[in-house]
Amino acid sequence: MTISINAGGVDRRLLMDRSVTGRKAFTLPASDVPTQNLPDSSLLRDDVELPEVSQLEVIRYFSVLSQLNFSIDTNFYPLGSCTMKYNPKINDELSNLPGLANIHPLQPDVTVQGAIRLLKNLQDDLGEITGLSGVSLAPLAGAQGEYAGLLIARAYHDARSDSARTVAIVPDSAHGTNPASAAMAGLEVVTVRSDDQGNVDVENLRELANSNTAVFMLTIPSTLGLFEPNILEITKIVHDAGGLVYADGANLNALLGVVKLGDLGVDICHSNLHKTFSTPHGGGGPGSGPVMVTNELAKFLPKPVAVKTDVGYVLATPEMSVGSINGFHGSFSIAARAYAYIKALGQEGLRSVSENAIISANYIQAKLRDKYDLAADRYCMHETVLSAARQKKRGVAGLDIAKRLLDFGIHAPTMYFPMIVDEALMVEPTESESKETLDHFIAVMRQIDDEVDSAPELLHDAPHDLPVTRLDEATAARKPVLRWSAEV
Amino acid sequence: MASSAHTSPNHPYIPSTDSERAEMLGAIGVDSLDALLEDIPAQHRHPKLNLAAGLSEQELSTVFGSIAAENASPSSGYISFLGAGSYSHYIPSTVRSILQRGEFVTAYTPYQPEAAQGTLQVGFEFQTIVCQLTEMEVANAGMYDGPTAFAEACLMAARVTKRTKIGVLSSTDKRLSDTLLAYSKYQGIEIVEVAADATDIPDDLACIGIQSPNFFGEIEDVQRLTKLAHDNGALSVVHVNPTALGMFKAPGEFDVDIVTAEGQPLGVPMAFGGPYVGLFACKKAHIRQMPGRIIGRTTDTKGRTGYALTLQTREQHIRRERATSNICTSTQLIGLMVTVYAATLGKQGMKDLASLCYQKAHYAAAEINKLDGYSVKSSGTFFHEFVVTCPSAPPKINEALLKKKIIGGLDISDRSESGMLVCVTETSSKADIDRFVKALSEIGVSA
Ligand SMILES: Cc1ncc(COP(=O)(O)O)c(C=O)c1O
Repeated sequence: MTISINAGGVDRRLLMDRSVTGRKAFTLPASDVPTQNLPDSSLLRDDVELPEVSQLEVIRYFSVLSQLNFSIDTNFYPLGSCTMKYNPKINDELSNLPGLANIHPLQPDVTVQGAIRLLKNLQDDLGEITGLSGVSLAPLAGAQGEYAGLLIARAYHDARSDSARTVAIVPDSAHGTNPASAAMAGLEVVTVRSDDQGNVDVENLRELANSNTAVFMLTIPSTLGLFEPNILEITKIVHDAGGLVYADGANLNALLGVVKLGDLGVDICHSNLHKTFSTPHGGGGPGSGPVMVTNELAKFLPKPVAVKTDVGYVLATPEMSVGSINGFHGSFSIAARAYAYIKALGQEGLRSVSENAIISANYIQAKLRDKYDLAADRYCMHETVLSAARQKKRGVAGLDIAKRLLDFGIHAPTMYFPMIVDEALMVEPTESESKETLDHFIAVMRQIDDEVDSAPELLHDAPHDLPVTRLDEATAARKPVLRWSAEV
Repeated sequence: MASSAHTSPNHPYIPSTDSERAEMLGAIGVDSLDALLEDIPAQHRHPKLNLAAGLSEQELSTVFGSIAAENASPSSGYISFLGAGSYSHYIPSTVRSILQRGEFVTAYTPYQPEAAQGTLQVGFEFQTIVCQLTEMEVANAGMYDGPTAFAEACLMAARVTKRTKIGVLSSTDKRLSDTLLAYSKYQGIEIVEVAADATDIPDDLACIGIQSPNFFGEIEDVQRLTKLAHDNGALSVVHVNPTALGMFKAPGEFDVDIVTAEGQPLGVPMAFGGPYVGLFACKKAHIRQMPGRIIGRTTDTKGRTGYALTLQTREQHIRRERATSNICTSTQLIGLMVTVYAATLGKQGMKDLASLCYQKAHYAAAEINKLDGYSVKSSGTFFHEFVVTCPSAPPKINEALLKKKIIGGLDISDRSESGMLVCVTETSSKADIDRFVKALSEIGVSA
């Protein structure tokens, strides 16, 4: 019998295929109470078909799997719109202190004064950073922050008996969660065009904003990595029409100490703590998407909001709250990490974060603009959107370039987003990366451009040296296999 | 000059030095950062940030040490009998150890499957474990938490049945129905309460939303309620406690359509309420209406097995305002914890754990029931939570307990007269339970 070697010698059998009857990885203590009667056996199940493996197998299996990943700890990860910055280790450690990790969400307020104080301080800091002082940390990710913000906008109009406002105006460059959240909030999505500079087409917005407008959802900086130069005019148009301005703050990493959204006429925004505030993305969450609003709107915030009173810190429900958007108080241990990050950087450090993020993105843009088209030919903020349109004409798609980058140990940029840019490759280096890393990336991107002509098959077949080559995603969707089963 | 790009001292999280910044600005062709910021209205540029100065790591640890010290937890000598959606369980070393793997912790959502096979295979294992626990056909890779999973499941039932009235059983946790309310408020959905003993339901319900064990800790007759739903063209949506599934029949045995759960009990710290992970499983027939990420198995160009996100046309990044949900970033890492936990406990461990919780909770209930003035209000079978009717107001009793370093059960007098919802898991020793019972007895009517 020959022993077959999987990619890199990795044994990728699933847990259930490793299971051996009687093997175990864990022992529970014996019961120390007198034996109690069991319920009627008709209620009971025989077995739970879970794997039976040893403790070493558990550790080795998951450790080996982890090595199949790219991550911030191991790779440059310039995934646009995702702000893949360094995730400080101290933040993980501090959020796991027993006094933070082992407290129950329904403990009386007097027994969790430290936890509520932390939430209150983080609320204050986020309010200061965005210039929007009403803050709820309840939302569990960016999309939930958007949804909370839209609920607030609707509650505001309802409270003014202005309920006919059922339209959300959303730019064509918006992230998919914006229209999806708007639909959940029962709003009709009307798209406003971008102009050839990547800005909101102000004349188009003027035509669309009217007495049906509930809210205008604007990503700042935009998903093109650009600051909207007509922002003051835009917020005025929306306000004059009686609507509110919602800012998607996923790109807040460009704005710390650079500009406050509240100063620009924004009424509501959210921020992704798992982007700007360094909390680890975890391979797809958990996140945290606090929602920030003007003073006037604070009474509508989702619950809870941490408040300082004469008798100490309490978790309160705002007067006209839009209610509970999840089980408890939001992602507490993510909030703790973000708070640690803000404390570690402080006022000067946070400013420096955005300034360096902006310089790094512009540096990459400047060094690649002769080889790659730009979505907009002007200075960018914290990310630059390249287009592989020129390479496409030479027979290689943005996708191929993205996959080829993986061969160099560099994670791909965000591809094909925003949708208004042909063959988009959105590059966000963040402030965490050194100039050497940026120079290496630039050199690789230039070499890949050469390969478009000299060795296009290298791009078409990329990646070459990863645990798998390109996957058949069409079959995966057509004939879904979504779990282990004894037959497959 | 307001712009301070060249003057800020270096920080451990920011590698660029002054000379490198100057060099980069030179390459960009500008002489200051401000030249890059001209699109920002000048009067609003570089606002004052009223925040404290940055701290060293050592100082930061001190700050957090004092925050943590202001909280009452087992490490400060407290014992607790709170449950109601968040549960104290022992977390095996394997979970904590794997959670140290930065390759898992610091990766993004697996948009490039070739560079994310670790995350993806774990997600596939997670889906498998959710299916095995619930005995359902398919599961997604996780929702934000239990209540949002339940809310999304009810909304999914409305899409599947094309009906707009959602029934929720009266014994359900308000945290579930409140979240459903916030999720459905502007979607033309009406929520109606269904009595737990109903033998008849309106014929236009999209589903009956059932929690079992219910808010009061008791096992519902899921089989009967599911049949009742089906007889009326509705789906059954059942929210379970995953720990109870080590012992009680799985919803899949009862022809349930959609199953949700709070995944927190499976190896996730209580952490003052989050982050957790919502488990979500359903019948295969409904898969295209399922919210959230789904991971599928496939092959690469060389025929090797690999995993990738699949059925993405349901999702916001493709379907936008017509997506099944707005969810994007979810809870993959918490799903990893659940997966390692389930692999560690395994077949025998999940059984033993459920039994231990059951034994201890029933012992505690029997002892409390013996006390003067206290009675356990239980009509059926409970798992590890039960309602105690107290001789005086539960908040008063809890105040007195707190003086003895005991965090009592949840005051539910708004739902059950003088009711306290008590939870006992394997983390309470017999000595802890006895201490609690003795304290209750001492406090009695005097509170
Ligand atoms: C611009 C933008 N808006 C919204 C979101 C949604 O945030 P989340 O994934 O945390 O829900 C993202 C990121 O995914 C984003 O890039």
